[in-house]
Amino acid sequence: MSRIAATFAALKAAHRKALIPFITAGDPDPGQTVPLMHALVAGGADIIELGVPFSDPMADGPTIQRASERALKHGVGLRDVLAMTAEFRKTNSATPVVLMGYANPIEAMGWEAFCAAARDAGVDGVLTVDYPPEEAADFAVRCAAAGLDNIYLLAPTTPPARVAAITRQACGFVYYVSLKGVTGAANLDLAEVAERVGMIRAEAGLPVGVGFGIRDAETARQVAAVADAVVIGSRIVQEIEQSTDAARLDNVRLFLAGVRAALDA
Amino acid sequence: MQMHDLPDARGHFGPYGGVFVAETLMAALDELRREYEAARSDPDFQAEFHHELRHYVGRPSPIYHARRWSEKLGGAQIYLKREDLNHTGAHKINNTIGQALLARRMGKKRVIAETGAGQHGVASATVAARYGMECVVYMGAEDIKRQSPNVYRMKLLGATVVGVESGSKTLKDALNEAMRDWVTNVESTFYILGTAAGPHPYPMLVRDFQCVIGEECKAQMNEMLGRQPDAVIACVGGGSNAIGIFHPYIPVEGVRLIGVEAGGEGVASGRHAAPLSAGTPGVLHGFRSYLMQDANGQIIETHSVSAGLDYPGVGPEHSWLKDSGRAEYVAINDDEALRAFHDLCRFEGIIPALESSHALAHAAKIAPTLDKDRILLVNLSGRGDKDINTVARLSGIEL
Repeated sequence: MSRIAATFAALKAAHRKALIPFITAGDPDPGQTVPLMHALVAGGADIIELGVPFSDPMADGPTIQRASERALKHGVGLRDVLAMTAEFRKTNSATPVVLMGYANPIEAMGWEAFCAAARDAGVDGVLTVDYPPEEAADFAVRCAAAGLDNIYLLAPTTPPARVAAITRQACGFVYYVSLKGVTGAANLDLAEVAERVGMIRAEAGLPVGVGFGIRDAETARQVAAVADAVVIGSRIVQEIEQSTDAARLDNVRLFLAGVRAALDA
Repeated sequence: MQMHDLPDARGHFGPYGGVFVAETLMAALDELRREYEAARSDPDFQAEFHHELRHYVGRPSPIYHARRWSEKLGGAQIYLKREDLNHTGAHKINNTIGQALLARRMGKKRVIAETGAGQHGVASATVAARYGMECVVYMGAEDIKRQSPNVYRMKLLGATVVGVESGSKTLKDALNEAMRDWVTNVESTFYILGTAAGPHPYPMLVRDFQCVIGEECKAQMNEMLGRQPDAVIACVGGGSNAIGIFHPYIPVEGVRLIGVEAGGEGVASGRHAAPLSAGTPGVLHGFRSYLMQDANGQIIETHSVSAGLDYPGVGPEHSWLKDSGRAEYVAINDDEALRAFHDLCRFEGIIPALESSHALAHAAKIAPTLDKDRILLVNLSGRGDKDINTVARLSGIEL
């Protein structure tokens, strides 16, 4: 069983929901990423989504765009992100790490080389925003061969027949984009999320995570009531952006612990 | 499948093209593909499109023999396809009319567009005014500074111009921001993409709308000279004017197709916008094609005197035409393009766009090597009024 599947199985047995924080690797500088990952685990993260910086993050709102730009100022590339994951794995062998990013850094490295290096670094899953299933079939085969879960997005605009087709190919979990918009947007409609996620869970046979636009513990609690996992990205990146170097790890851990408490209440 | 029958059903030109977007946009692109397929074979849609091209744009645009310039160069005869004479001054309007008619057919009342130099923004604002649609144009903050007359033109036409402050604050970032708008307002909004790039079906539909250029050329050359040119030459940024004139010529044997990229300060300098000449394949803005990128797959900044060619990618069909050998691609540097710009002004009384000046410069380069009965057909894709401030500044003149 993959690390992601094992994590969800354990949570289900304990009647708990998964908390999945997102940070951009290399933000605000490369040396802080691994300590931040450990702080996320200390704050109650079940899975970590690690953003791979990209020069043209089309699906991201301004907060995560700025995080990407800060990381790129330090020249952080996909190979560096894999090295950070390997470093994290030296002291944490339990928490799954999912790389989230865009196709081109993977294209530049090459599918074979990337999958092998990701497996060796201890990566568990890959979520590539601009690899929809139609374009990712061969990539997915290589991911599977390397033991990586290729995680797909579903959106409010995904028609039911397509939901079924995607969930058939999905592994690890499926990620439901909770709104029509970019990461960190403010137009989340909880009732619509509940209805759509209910439908997807009935179809999927896999855990369903929900992300985009979840900004506080209360919203996270309400989303978790209908989903298997809650993804929080922009709000944590904002914490990283606004903290002093001295307070950053504590601020991130405490923010996440607040969400964790709400999910477990 | 014939080379000119591409793309395939999922938008692939060989390994290039495709649909590389976030899931939220997949349904919208699917809807656009279905609607376009219906419109493509609907005689009423085609009739209205061609009616608009004739009565609003002023088509067909003439082909003009640049006799004095050809004589001065002392070799092949240079003919110019006069897209600069279109309403709004460039080929861009062919595409924006087609897409606006498609938007109206789909019941969308709001259109958005990205723009670099502002030509596509102006062409989009123009058709939005013509058909009574709300129009928002995304433009890099750097480009807004460089192209203030076009910004004002768009505002006169009733469009809202939104400055983009992210990334390099140029065309590629404007495209990112337009995509972000579209993902947020996908149900109400039609995205008028400005070049033969982006996710399927855009490269195909933009090409189809621009093919009027090459179709006219085939008829006009036959009428004027009873033969087709030895070479067709066009500048390539995203590549819409080039694919529009190339595509009808793909099956015509004996016609060389030459795309001219922006060499900036020289391809060897690294400061250029020539992905086909010096880039590698990758995925950006929803499609796979040649890109300007670093070893980490990050998109690198482009440099060209011509804002309209300042784009790090290129339409996927050009990547395919390059690999298949049917078209050849070269780069022309800033200084060569400027020389051709001035030559056309002085020898023919035509002020060409700096973009088109790249194609002219390549024609000037090869004409002297060819016999006088050879014919080069250059797509003069736009007029240069918008560029006079840039040219004056480079000549040390303040206007």
